[in-house]
Amino acid sequence: MVLELQKPRPVWQIMFSTHHTDVGYLYLVFGIIFLFMGGVLAMIIRTHLFFPGQGVLISDSATFNRIFTVHGLTMLFLFALPVANGIGNILVPIMVRYKDMAYPKLNAIAFWMNPVGAALLWLGFADTTWVSYAPYSIIRAPGPAADMFIFGMKILGVSSILSSINFVVTILKCKHPDLPLRRVPLFAWSMFTVSLMTIIAMPTYAAALIMMLTDRLGLSGFFNPFAGGDPIAYLHLFWFTFHPEVYIFLLPAIGMMYEIIPRFSRKPLYSQASGVFAFVMLGIIGFASWGHHMYSTGMDFTTKVVFMIGTLAAVPASGMHVFNFLATMWGGRIRFAAPMKFAVGGIALFFSAGAGGVLNSAMPLDFITHGTYWVVGHMHLFLIGTIGFGFVGMIYYMFPYVTGRMYNEKLASAHFVLMFWGTVQTFFTQHLLGLEGMPRRVYDYPPEFSSWTTLNQISTIGAWMIGASFAIFLASLIYYSAKGKPANMDDPWGIGGKYYYPVAAKNPHGGHSGY
Amino acid sequence: MGHDTAEWVFVAIVIAVLCYVGVDSWIVQKAVEDVPANAEVIKVTGQQWFWSFEHADGTKEISTLHVKKGHAYVFEIYSRDVMHSFNIPDWVVFEDAVPGHVNHAWFAPDTAGTYPIQCREYCGLLHYNMRGSLVVEDDNAT
Repeated sequence: MVLELQKPRPVWQIMFSTHHTDVGYLYLVFGIIFLFMGGVLAMIIRTHLFFPGQGVLISDSATFNRIFTVHGLTMLFLFALPVANGIGNILVPIMVRYKDMAYPKLNAIAFWMNPVGAALLWLGFADTTWVSYAPYSIIRAPGPAADMFIFGMKILGVSSILSSINFVVTILKCKHPDLPLRRVPLFAWSMFTVSLMTIIAMPTYAAALIMMLTDRLGLSGFFNPFAGGDPIAYLHLFWFTFHPEVYIFLLPAIGMMYEIIPRFSRKPLYSQASGVFAFVMLGIIGFASWGHHMYSTGMDFTTKVVFMIGTLAAVPASGMHVFNFLATMWGGRIRFAAPMKFAVGGIALFFSAGAGGVLNSAMPLDFITHGTYWVVGHMHLFLIGTIGFGFVGMIYYMFPYVTGRMYNEKLASAHFVLMFWGTVQTFFTQHLLGLEGMPRRVYDYPPEFSSWTTLNQISTIGAWMIGASFAIFLASLIYYSAKGKPANMDDPWGIGGKYYYPVAAKNPHGGHSGY
Repeated sequence: MGHDTAEWVFVAIVIAVLCYVGVDSWIVQKAVEDVPANAEVIKVTGQQWFWSFEHADGTKEISTLHVKKGHAYVFEIYSRDVMHSFNIPDWVVFEDAVPGHVNHAWFAPDTAGTYPIQCREYCGLLHYNMRGSLVVEDDNAT
């Protein structure tokens, strides 16, 4: 078994390694550290909004604006992408039966660009919001924070392009000759799809960042209306990259659920082909819907209709994933260990987030929800509800293989219950808050709207529950990786068949669930 | 493709629901964007961090906008500096104020009262406080 650490090694051996599992560990540790740093910012934001009135916790709005900007950047680019890359690094070469990634040194370089980008984002602490719309980011945002944001994002973008090239080459060129592409496990398919999407989408944003930088320096006026430019052009370039990026965050989590669900249902996957088809469909259609972020910028009716159709077209493919999960679980002898709990919770929240997304894309309703807390609730249901649950489930799933020890199932259950309840309470409430009209990204709200106060307080209490659940997670990750009972490496969860795990060289069923 | 009947039926149901959502949105949005011909123009200008209004007769107001019940109004939305978003949540008036562009939104209030006006696109330091109010008055003249 490649993953287990039979003998603990000094940390520098992992840090300077180019082996795919070691780089994977680095990505995972990096991502988990920033999950907690971003989480602390989230707790500050929610606690501050518990009462209306200025200065509850943060005494000035500039600090508040910086905090929610860095919270978003951290969770998206320093948590979600690194964790997906980490698990991809560990599992993809094993899944395609190759000894390492195609370019091990490039892989290590791609990782080590992340701490540099992270340092720029955190030391700058920009207030541009993570979308950094022009012309605010050009003519009003204070430097050097906004410039450090540009360079930090640039570095992280290059890093994700490099690691994407590595995944694509590994999967296409280094795959075992006996393994046809359609039989490559679905998690590797998800990494393959998102890597291709990154390679197509990211250069657009890279160009937009350079244009924004020269605009800030006063050398050009691409997005600056006072120098003849057009801010709407920035929005198009930005969302052309970052609507596909939504799927780049999401699909690895779906791929992880494809790892977990068949094994804990003790059944082969319902349909490999429909999973592959749905990944490819989402990968293509993800590029057809960026304009739904821009309905209210003065878009004409026809353009709005085109982007609404493009957005709705992504739903059947997402639905096929949900169907595939449910059909796999149907009639299975399900073992609700921690990874399975998180996967199933993630599917439930994925479904509700998707239903809310359909409402957003319906043009007249978008004018009610856009820019309000509805959108905050909606996208957090994806980001925590689906991506977070998928990733946490996968971390529990890999825990015995990485550490050779078992986590505590009771604490993991407590983590799940608190996190699920907290997610529902926080973000469903924020949907209602949005319908009440509360705008997003506000430092304060007027106390005379009593329903805003009540809903904010319910939401904040939910956020504290999520915070508590992650405190349990952190404590149990640290404690049980050092002091946990040694895991039964053949069958850590007592599922029964060795072939249910990624350790099996060959699936005796000859079917979809082993590799 | 490995589909079986259940999955095809499921996908067909999803597509049918989406078609309904799409067609219904098309119809509603078409109606919503149909500005009445007699609508009175109000120029709305957003700047950091307040709204100003100019009526067709040249009257100017800052932060508080007075309109008459039962009349239709179309807003011409401008921005002086960064992007804002002109929003009256109770009347679903919502359109971005983009510097260099003129955007339009319209409404025809039919109940008198005072309603909040706010900015719904992040515009910097006091974005949270870029609030105003809309006063819909009974029209005694007619």
